[in-house]
Amino acid sequence: MIRSRRETLMALGLGAGLCLWDAPLRSAFAALPGDRRLVVIILRGAVDGLAAVPPHGDKDYQSVRGQLALSKDGAAPLHDLDGMFGLHPSLANMKGMYDSRELIVFQNICSPYRDRSHFDGQNVLETGAVRPHMLSDGWLNRALAPMGLSDGVHALAVAQTPPLLLTGTVRASSWMPPSLPAPDSDFLARIKLLYARDPQLKQSLEDALSLQDAAMVASDDPSDKKMGPGSAANLEPLFSGAGRLLAAANGPRVAVLDVSGWDTHVNEGAGDGQLARRLAALDRALVALKTSLGPAWSKTAIVMATEFGRTAHPNGNGGTDHGTGGASFLLGGAVSGGRILTEWTGLGPNALKDGRDQPPRTDLRALFKGVLAEHMAVPKSALESTVFPDSAAAAAVNGLIRA
Amino acid sequence: MEVMSLHAAIAVNRFGLGAMPGEIATAASDPRQWLISQIGPADQPMPAEGEPFRDGAQLVKDLQAFRQQRRELKQDGDTKDLRAFVKQQRQVLINEMASRFQQGFTSRRPFAERLVWFWSNHFTISVQNPAVASLAGAYEREAIRPHIAGRFEDMLLAVATHPAMLIYLNNAQSIGPDSPAGQLAKRGLNENFGRELMELYSLGVDGGYTQADVIALARLLTGWSVDIVPNGAARMARFFQARFNQPETVEGASSGFRYFPARHEPGAVTLRGKTYADGFAGGRAAIHDLARDPATAKFIATKFARHFVSDTPSPQLVARLEKSFRDTQGDLKALAITMLEDPSVWDAGSEKMRNPVEYVTASYRLLGLPRAQNGEQQIRGAMQACRMMGHFPMAAPSPKGWSDLSPDWSGPDAILSRIEWAQVLGSHLPQTIGARQIAGLADERLGEALSQQTRAAIAAAPTGGEALALLVSSPEFQRR
Repeated sequence: MIRSRRETLMALGLGAGLCLWDAPLRSAFAALPGDRRLVVIILRGAVDGLAAVPPHGDKDYQSVRGQLALSKDGAAPLHDLDGMFGLHPSLANMKGMYDSRELIVFQNICSPYRDRSHFDGQNVLETGAVRPHMLSDGWLNRALAPMGLSDGVHALAVAQTPPLLLTGTVRASSWMPPSLPAPDSDFLARIKLLYARDPQLKQSLEDALSLQDAAMVASDDPSDKKMGPGSAANLEPLFSGAGRLLAAANGPRVAVLDVSGWDTHVNEGAGDGQLARRLAALDRALVALKTSLGPAWSKTAIVMATEFGRTAHPNGNGGTDHGTGGASFLLGGAVSGGRILTEWTGLGPNALKDGRDQPPRTDLRALFKGVLAEHMAVPKSALESTVFPDSAAAAAVNGLIRA
Repeated sequence: MEVMSLHAAIAVNRFGLGAMPGEIATAASDPRQWLISQIGPADQPMPAEGEPFRDGAQLVKDLQAFRQQRRELKQDGDTKDLRAFVKQQRQVLINEMASRFQQGFTSRRPFAERLVWFWSNHFTISVQNPAVASLAGAYEREAIRPHIAGRFEDMLLAVATHPAMLIYLNNAQSIGPDSPAGQLAKRGLNENFGRELMELYSLGVDGGYTQADVIALARLLTGWSVDIVPNGAARMARFFQARFNQPETVEGASSGFRYFPARHEPGAVTLRGKTYADGFAGGRAAIHDLARDPATAKFIATKFARHFVSDTPSPQLVARLEKSFRDTQGDLKALAITMLEDPSVWDAGSEKMRNPVEYVTASYRLLGLPRAQNGEQQIRGAMQACRMMGHFPMAAPSPKGWSDLSPDWSGPDAILSRIEWAQVLGSHLPQTIGARQIAGLADERLGEALSQQTRAAIAAAPTGGEALALLVSSPEFQRR
């Protein structure tokens, strides 16, 4: 019989009252996670911020966006937020969250990256560095120890292998809905012997098994099909699976999800079309996540960010090319929402970066730092040194989380 | 002898696709020469039955017919025939990929096949863009396989003129804003291909280019397209084509490519400090220069060493490959030989994880699958297994292609998927085969790479099926 990490933890929890005198056990008990949940959703491929969060009240909006412009009327009306900004017609559930003060919308925000390569842009987004390839681990991983979550089972990637954001000295685990019968424990015991001399495989297997135990308890749908991370149209099994794991008492406290398919160079569409469908899938998946979190939703903050925005004007093919500033979102029961945070400077030719991109007015790291500080109690000293080096200019945004 | 048999195991696993029956013995007399003798234009996969695969030009015609039909059917509101066509397009992809897998399972030139897989992934196109699906097989057959032992420049030109690539990275629709077509249709540049051609396929992201260069290259490549009338502008486009848009075929370009002078942005263009002429020749010269740029040599050398040898290849090995690439103006046969002649690539100790397609392929070669009976079903099973493990040829999530780094294939869920699959594989083993026979198989196929511990565990397994599952799950088998 293999004793999983989860079972070990549960045993510790049960026995804690009897052995408070035992120092090693006490410290193990102290390492049990708090009840706050943090989810980071990476929107890979550069989301068009002016489509997701249309500034429909801006005088230049209709002319700049041309065929991509959304409006309050018609077959697919945008959801107005404050007369100036709105949400894309596909984001009906997010509009509901905004109305119930569970969503903050950010506009003209992006990482410090200023070129236009997806891969370098994602590298900066995930490492939290100023330039690509300066750091080899992810900022979320570096934040785990200051959160008191240095045990790997508390950080989960919904992927076959954790993305860079969650890679680093603290081991993170990864999980996908199962699709084949689980191997029996006797066979696994033999495999573990084989892996004894291969540290990488050994660790991966141990982490997988502990999570599989948790998922077996949590999952009510064993027919969930496995799919590429965020690539299929149906994101809901991934999001609801993550929610179930996060909801568990001793489950993960930090989770990362990937959603790709935002690189809309051609026929992006306005109220209807490929981007509209992708946003609708994301909107539905967020509801699945909220539902499966259950009561834990009130303790949850979800950050959604992308590597950069896109050009303000449509390109020659009814799409948009790689840009700079864009939109970002913070949502969840723990969020002090119903607000739009932006330094809006308009869409005129002088306002756009290089005459083409949404300007980068807010540093994404200011958002990340604010969430880590208020929601996960990461000390300022850690935020400014190890988690986000060279980020003094991007001061944490305050007041994001409900008191 | 011991060194020779270790080198044979390395040749077969690190540079091949895993041992078929008798393969280690064949390689053992001179493992390096066994690999070198395989370098040449790659074999072409053949359809299991029926007519030969269609070439790029024919498939573009099919696509054009489909779009025409779609416009008409959408007006009539009858979509039944349309669905049949979509299914047929999908079937083209499935048949092409099944033959590609079959080729991997049975190839007697596994190193050549590995080179195909490397270059195909370097020049990624992805069926995640459904318009590319039917063309994916033709792309690899026409733009990659003929060139794996030729010049990088020729492969780059074949790739940059293949309909699959032009559609995938949107260059087929990119139109010079000041060209006659741009003026008439009010359409313009799409910079996607111009960027990725430098960032991912030649110079590398740090290879020395700016946003202005991206736009410059995109301008040089305007008019590089395929003979498909753009959606939604059919009538105007037909008028236009009759009037002044005579598409040209170009020597050296891939099947199905057309150059449309009337879409080409007029005027000379400066790219990375050099001025290129108007017309197709300008773009072609730019590709020539990009292929021979020192930054390209460095980028390719690094990727090559990282794929075959180590996640963190030694600077000496990379430098030798880089020099070979530069000195030979991108001779890819010389590049492969340079790698094989470097003593460091023959070191024991396997660090690289097999990616799922390599892993499943090695398992099938181990077992001599697919067998004649149910062969087609077995190939489908392998394709499904790769999908489940999060990997499939020509289906990467982005133009960067699939990762070549071991940690990206050895996460907790990835390892569990492999173990689950290995157990399913073992459960299909006839019960007449026992653990001792599997241990014998392990001896023969892994040779010196098999550790004592793994061998003992396999031999001690209660059933042949479990022994096989252990062998296929073992670190020695997952790494190469």
